[in-house]
Amino acid sequence: MPTDLTIAAAAERLRRGDLTAVDLTQTALDRIAATDGAIHAFLTVTPDEALAAARAADAALASGTAAGPLTGIPIAVKDVIATAGIRTTAASKILADFVPAYDATVTRRLKDAGAVIVGKVNCDEFAMGSSNENSAYGVTRNPWDLDRVPGGSSGGSAAAVAAGQALASLGTDTGGSIRLPASYTGIVGMKPTYGRVSRFGVVAYASSLDQVGPMTRDVTDCALVLATLAGHDPRDSTSVHRPVGDYAAAVADGVAGARGLRIALPREYFGEGMQPAVEQAVRTAATTFRDAGATVHDASLPHTEHAVGTYYILATAEASSNLARYDGIRYGLRAPTDGGLLDLYRQTRAAGFGPEVKRRIMLGTYVLSSGYYDAYYLKAQKVRTLIRRDFEQVFAGSDVIMTPVAPTTAFRIGEKTADPLQMYLSDVFMISINLAGLPAIVLPCGVDEHGMPIGLQIVGPPFGEEIVLRAARAFEAATKWHQLRPPDLAERKPPN
Amino acid sequence: MTLRLGTFESVIGLEVHAELLTASKIFCGCSAAFGAPPNQHTCPVCLGMPGMLPVLNRRVVEFAVRAGLATHSKIAPVSRWARKNYFYPDLCKGYQISQYELPICEGGHVDIVVEGVAQRVRLTRIHMEEDTGKNIHDARSNASLVDFNRSGVPLLEIVSEPDMTWPAEAVAYLRALRSTLQYLQICDGNMEEGSFRCDANVSVRPKGTTPLGTKVEIKNMNSFRNVERAIAFELERHVRVLEDGGTLVQETRLWDPDREETRPMRSKESAHDYRYFPDPDLPPLVVSDAFVDEIRRTLPELPEARRARFVGALGLPDYDADVLTARRDVADYFEAVVATHANAKAASNWVMGDILRLVRERKLDDAPAITDWPVAAAHLAELIALIDEDAISGKIAKTVFEEMVTSGETPRAIVARLGLTQVSDEGPIIAAIDEVLAANAAKVAEYRSGKDKLYGFFVGQVMKATAGKANPGVVNRILAERLKG
Repeated sequence: MPTDLTIAAAAERLRRGDLTAVDLTQTALDRIAATDGAIHAFLTVTPDEALAAARAADAALASGTAAGPLTGIPIAVKDVIATAGIRTTAASKILADFVPAYDATVTRRLKDAGAVIVGKVNCDEFAMGSSNENSAYGVTRNPWDLDRVPGGSSGGSAAAVAAGQALASLGTDTGGSIRLPASYTGIVGMKPTYGRVSRFGVVAYASSLDQVGPMTRDVTDCALVLATLAGHDPRDSTSVHRPVGDYAAAVADGVAGARGLRIALPREYFGEGMQPAVEQAVRTAATTFRDAGATVHDASLPHTEHAVGTYYILATAEASSNLARYDGIRYGLRAPTDGGLLDLYRQTRAAGFGPEVKRRIMLGTYVLSSGYYDAYYLKAQKVRTLIRRDFEQVFAGSDVIMTPVAPTTAFRIGEKTADPLQMYLSDVFMISINLAGLPAIVLPCGVDEHGMPIGLQIVGPPFGEEIVLRAARAFEAATKWHQLRPPDLAERKPPN
Repeated sequence: MTLRLGTFESVIGLEVHAELLTASKIFCGCSAAFGAPPNQHTCPVCLGMPGMLPVLNRRVVEFAVRAGLATHSKIAPVSRWARKNYFYPDLCKGYQISQYELPICEGGHVDIVVEGVAQRVRLTRIHMEEDTGKNIHDARSNASLVDFNRSGVPLLEIVSEPDMTWPAEAVAYLRALRSTLQYLQICDGNMEEGSFRCDANVSVRPKGTTPLGTKVEIKNMNSFRNVERAIAFELERHVRVLEDGGTLVQETRLWDPDREETRPMRSKESAHDYRYFPDPDLPPLVVSDAFVDEIRRTLPELPEARRARFVGALGLPDYDADVLTARRDVADYFEAVVATHANAKAASNWVMGDILRLVRERKLDDAPAITDWPVAAAHLAELIALIDEDAISGKIAKTVFEEMVTSGETPRAIVARLGLTQVSDEGPIIAAIDEVLAANAAKVAEYRSGKDKLYGFFVGQVMKATAGKANPGVVNRILAERLKG
């Protein structure tokens, strides 16, 4: 089935004329129709817009004016990313009917590259969550096991790629939201360096941490999509002016790219509570790298234990402010009320936000409150600096850092919803990387005893996307994990 | 205005919000102009739509640095943007982007003169922020509407130290500050339209003590007169409360100009915890020395310096210098007149008198800068030159001036057209004098016997006989000779 192809392979067939963008897009739409009842990755499917874009892509391909390898490629976009004229809900009731008049810069870049946006995909409400269970529109299911979560918050983005509903997707990553679902669904996901990809038009959760990134079937595709997304945006003051690296060249060497790589394994990332299969897979990956000519050494990131606490202070503080605009005045949900202004705010936000969003707004409001600011927010900023320095010290003697993505593989739906702290700990190995603003990729490195995918995380220094891609591609070329696909979903129905 | 403060003394500090005259808003490309139909000057950014991000308008920083340099403030090489969080329908993001911990300017001052005494008011800080939209209550539909045209218009907040004692000092400070901002061409200073807004922090304490008393913030004063009266009212209220053995509450009060009193705001409106924190959407603002130096080089002469020059170099009285330098456009106009014809005192009299009278009558001073002067500066200079050349008398000049205002012609053209040229030739003047003296022989005799007061009568008669055109100097000289007998 052509929607199981990588972008690189599909682009080659489109270029040769073996396949048309309209056929490829129609296959993706059919696949969505056939499987999304079980998976529920999509919140909005846009067949008309997609087929129109596919026809334009075919015309460009035929006339030799195609913008590049994404021309005619069906891609899904996380529903926190604005798409002009297409409902953008952030998986929240408060934006149930919100149709932006503008494209996010990343949306615009995809369209300019000729990509075909097939729809908007599910996520945790306002990207707050690790399992997709916080969506106001129901959980997305993991294509490998429909009883399990796809990870969050970009669970719809991950499931759509894993299930062959799209060839790639866009996710956002604030504390692991691209990487955890990529790991749980056996695909590749990358969080670029903070500032590498524009945040303009991306519904903000925690502005100093949010970053858009690609979710793909393999590392080469990840490089292709990242090359389209990356670059300075004058509309985002936190996007950087640095030139974009040559990501295609970074993945061109295959397994040879591992030669001479100095890889650090931080000891704080291996310990109690880790599923043995996960630790085993990461240790085996180290051996694979050594065999390919890399050196692997022990390292320390001593402030790791404070990362989760620091993150939940800073991210919620920013969120409490970022989400203040959803007040029922100008757009989005407005709850009916007979009372005054305060009542309008209360009723609207009570009805519009889900429990996890409310929890984080309250937490963030508390840590910024008069009398608590120094003890929480300011101290967390200081710890953030220490965490960043930990990484600087390791990168002084290493090219990349390799870690597990999460202590376990995908858990069962409902397993952790009663205990938010347990849920927060799913992100323990990823959160430091957001706090330090670093680039990190996740790619499959094994399966556990239940056949669920295990992910490997490779972290680079600031703007080290090329070295990260090179290392990831080397591992991929030396292994076959990326070729595994979930069991066929065509005839499967959602359980219970 | 006299204050009854008994055994107390007063302490006043002011916070000014000045809307900046940039073409576009502070964080988006929308027009910052006042007066458009509601919500015409808006975009997703200044409406706070999901995912929108601020991009700083460089001109705003330039204007803030101008204000900082003009008030002798320290310009911070690195300052920070902060979010001030609160809910209100006119605040589209639920927070206002402002500066908090690290403002762009600190520690300047403004010098003022009150009743001849020079004083210095220190500034705590100047910072940049965005304005909010405006709530409008629609009586017909009984609905509240919001106009976001003002949302994102750049503001400077200028905070003074509590260095003032009397309401008159507060007004003098505001006038000096407004004049400075107008000179810098960064704010039009219009208090009624809200482009120059002021809040006052006032307290009283027993005379001779240092700890500050309970502070009250007064809002809603949209004219200098209201500022003066509101502060006076509030200070006297404090004294009354304390003298009656009561205690004051720290609160925000609104000035009601109709009832001439302050009233407490509802506590819900004033009891905010703004939860300030650095705005993660904007990197720290770095202002280079080169940028500051460039602005310093292009700074215009400021009111204080100009006033001193008008007194020192042009020899004008203090009063004239004050009036002429209060507005940059007036001072510029005056200087244009003097540049064409160097008679500063005459130019000053004309500008302060007839010109400013017409400016006020025609409300030309409502504009940020007067461009439509009643007569061109060059024409006024020419008129003064005609007087100085003895071509016309001062009295005729008034007639010529009125004609200049209506016709727009040059004074020389008017004088020629109406035949108003002054007669300085002795012949016709002697003839006229002789005629007047002959017709009034009795009065001549009285004069000669010592009734000096009659001299003016003879001058008047001669001027009347020459239809006002006789050169008064020549008339005086010859008349005096003739009357000696």
